[in-house]
Amino acid sequence: MRQMSAAFLILAIMTVLAACAAMTLRGLVHCALALAVAFAGIGTLYLSLGAQFLGLAQLLVYVGAIAVLIVFVILLTRGGDSDAGPLVPTRLPITGIVVATTILALLAWAVFHSSVIHFPASPVPTATVRELGTVLMAEYVLPLEVIGLMLTAALIGAVVVAMKEKQDPQ
Amino acid sequence: MTPPAGCLLVSCTLFAVGLAGALTRRNTILVLVGIELMLNAANLNFVAFWRYGHHGGASTGIIFGLFSIAIAAAEAAVGLALILAVYRHAKTTDLSLLTGRAQ
Repeated sequence: MRQMSAAFLILAIMTVLAACAAMTLRGLVHCALALAVAFAGIGTLYLSLGAQFLGLAQLLVYVGAIAVLIVFVILLTRGGDSDAGPLVPTRLPITGIVVATTILALLAWAVFHSSVIHFPASPVPTATVRELGTVLMAEYVLPLEVIGLMLTAALIGAVVVAMKEKQDPQ
Repeated sequence: MTPPAGCLLVSCTLFAVGLAGALTRRNTILVLVGIELMLNAANLNFVAFWRYGHHGGASTGIIFGLFSIAIAAAEAAVGLALILAVYRHAKTTDLSLLTGRAQ
């Protein structure tokens, strides 16, 4: 398989277009919905690469949790009824665009001059859920515990930070 | 173009789009969205190298991507909580209005 498949091309174009829409649309809710489409596109890219478990985890975590959380925050900060600033700002953020374009050009140059494009075609490696579970429970059990602890701490921290502050008596 | 190069190019483009958004948008939520896109681009690289690299059947790329997704979830939760706290204090999420208000 020396050429990319048509499915991969379609998924890639859809993902990149959705990401561009998420970063350029005016309405914040539209941005969040385009972001959900981009996350789903990345999840299907994982599926097409043969990483079934990671693709489904991506769909569950990103589309199911993070996109919805972002929509909640947009509505809580009343960003839904006011748009995200003028379409053509008075001062064009030319620096950011130049930096991003430069980095894109550098990365693309690096990809095309690396040995990656000469990788021989390899069979699809298998990573079944059973194998992943075994590896997680044996080899990576310490990182797994640390991640669990960190997620708990992040959850408690998020609740504490977002909790209503007590009114100062003064 | 070979499949691994295609994967890496998609990932580069996603990273650049996320970076451009994080650097140019004035809304705090959209800056966080740009950072999430950059994290996803890095994840796509892990999976691409797992798929096309020579690793002798190890599932290291998948495991790393899994941990990365977990960390991104924690980061999004804490970041959005911070945005809510700042909004309650300053009544805005516009970065250009928030600049210089820190005290």
